[in-house]
Amino acid sequence: MKRLFRFLALMVAVVLVGCGKPDFSDAEKKTIASLALSSLPALKPDTTNHFADVPAAAALGSTLFFDQGMSGDGSVSCSTCHKIDRQFQDDLPQAVGVGHTNRRTMPLAGVAHDPWFFWDGRRDSLWAQALTPLENPLEQAGNRAAYAHYIKARFGERYERIFGPLPDFSGMPLNASPLGNDAEKAAWNAMSSAQRDAINGVFVNIGKAIAAFERSIAPAPARFDRFALDLATGAEPKGDAVFSKQEILGLKLFIGKANCVTCHNGPRFTDNSFHNTGVPPVAGLPPDRGRIDAVHQVEADPFNCLGAYRDGDVAACGELRFMVKNAPQLIRAYKTPSLRGAATRPPYMHAGQFSSLDEVVAHYAKAAPSVEGVSEVHPLELSDRERAALVAFLKTLSE
Amino acid sequence: MASIWRYLLAGLGLAALLVAILAVVFLTAPRSSLPAGPDVARTKKTDNGLYVASFVPERGVVRQGELESWLLTLKTKTGASVERAAIAISGGMPQHNHGLPTSPQVTDYLGEGRYRIEGLKFTMSGWWQLRFAISSGAGSDTVLFNVVL
Ligand code: HEC
Ligand code: HEC
Repeated sequence: MKRLFRFLALMVAVVLVGCGKPDFSDAEKKTIASLALSSLPALKPDTTNHFADVPAAAALGSTLFFDQGMSGDGSVSCSTCHKIDRQFQDDLPQAVGVGHTNRRTMPLAGVAHDPWFFWDGRRDSLWAQALTPLENPLEQAGNRAAYAHYIKARFGERYERIFGPLPDFSGMPLNASPLGNDAEKAAWNAMSSAQRDAINGVFVNIGKAIAAFERSIAPAPARFDRFALDLATGAEPKGDAVFSKQEILGLKLFIGKANCVTCHNGPRFTDNSFHNTGVPPVAGLPPDRGRIDAVHQVEADPFNCLGAYRDGDVAACGELRFMVKNAPQLIRAYKTPSLRGAATRPPYMHAGQFSSLDEVVAHYAKAAPSVEGVSEVHPLELSDRERAALVAFLKTLSE
Repeated sequence: MASIWRYLLAGLGLAALLVAILAVVFLTAPRSSLPAGPDVARTKKTDNGLYVASFVPERGVVRQGELESWLLTLKTKTGASVERAAIAISGGMPQHNHGLPTSPQVTDYLGEGRYRIEGLKFTMSGWWQLRFAISSGAGSDTVLFNVVL
């Protein structure tokens, strides 16, 4: 009698344990392993920037990143929008610098792994990117001649120890830039080409120092990574590495039926590419066509990889040489953002269109057509339970 | 005594239930490989039979998310190397309705009918298609290669 009871209890236990334990196919396990932070490759050297891995350059770059002196009116630095204690973003739908911009501040963890920068990829290196906000009238609103003078006055010695002698600025205007106001443009046009090149050289080195600093901003492991590691090694998950049934369902949907992993793939949850996902424009902002308009901008950028300010070999310029230039798929296409840390930094999308992950998931389920171009997202049949599970899974990337 | 039989019966019932659950889990588990995948041959006759084309990654392996160069080797029906061919490349992912994320181009002729194609990038796992439109003195033809990763 007793034995029979024990036998029955054992069978019940077997059935229960069988249900509670995460059960993944080999293909699912492979996908989960590919998403774990442990599979992020080491940062590749940036041969276009000789100073990318020079510690003194990174230290100067860090100083400049936080220095409000690096702006037209002395009130804005990179860190005004890219806040160090907020995943290097600012929690606003659209960034505010000297003026109100049209896009959301992007978080910077792992950004040095990317081939393209900005929501539309209109810059092709981290150092060329850094030069853009410095002269954007809505962001730092300065001009390159003023920045060069400022560097000499404030950081001359540090600069020269890294980059060699500063040029002779005598006879050069205090304010000049090809992108500035009318007076600054006129001053720029009045300079000799040797003078312009000297100013550009200092300006570019500012970008290269800031880029060296940004290479150190890395994503931190999350609960998902601890779960994935235990799954891969077959270890019994402990503590917060245990996933609830809801989180497991969310993970399965993310890599399965909901198709999220087609674009949000790899350890940073991004394919580093551009997609139209039908995110609606924000009323009142200027028209925004995404990648299609960025192609010409990056081609025309004098600081792009094929330009005169690249260090190293032209072999590093593959992304620019082989970029897609005029396909309809580029209309309102934006860079796939990393989803690491996303749960704790709403709002979402390129202009802060959605204020919660519930809204994001509802957007994917509905898959409304794009106002222009064709959305790559197709409607999903998701129950309320499944939507909540997807959100629960996304939260495991932030804890 | 009768109660023991009842327990035994209950035990058998539970065992059957367990078997049934296992069977359902097993039968509905997603398969790890595609049931009947596309033809992934690396050497093919072109659509009208003018050429024999082969398409292989230059480094031997395909890596997701990296710019890669591949070699396209073109021979005529009789096995002669095809030189100075004009080659146009297109493609995409048929199941996702989008084109290639890069625009690969022929960047070099390496002799013996071998052309280097640079700028290929497979940003997602899944089924990719690459189409080549080839024209040379021997005529114009097309060929499609499937790459699954
Ligand atoms: C006014 C706020 C603001 C300031 C100041 C600012 N940024 Fe940004 N940053 C943004 C916004 C907004 C975007 C996205 C803009 C877009 O897509 O057009 C962005 C994008 C970026 C990106 C691209 C990230 C990616 O994933 O592509 C990098 C890198 C970056 N900023 C670094 C910097 C640096 C370095 C500075 C200082 C030199 C700086 N930012 C100053 C708001 C700001
Ligand atoms: C076709 C590619 C694609 C697919 C599939 C896809 N995404 Fe996205 N995702 C993107 C792009 C591109 C953006 C940015 C769009 C924008 O700003 O206009 C984005 C943005 C997001 C964001 C906002 C992140 C941020 O920082 O703003 C979240 C969260 C997100 N996706 C989750 C998901 C989930 C969950 C799924 C599956 C239901 C999914 N995505 C499927 C491409 C994709």
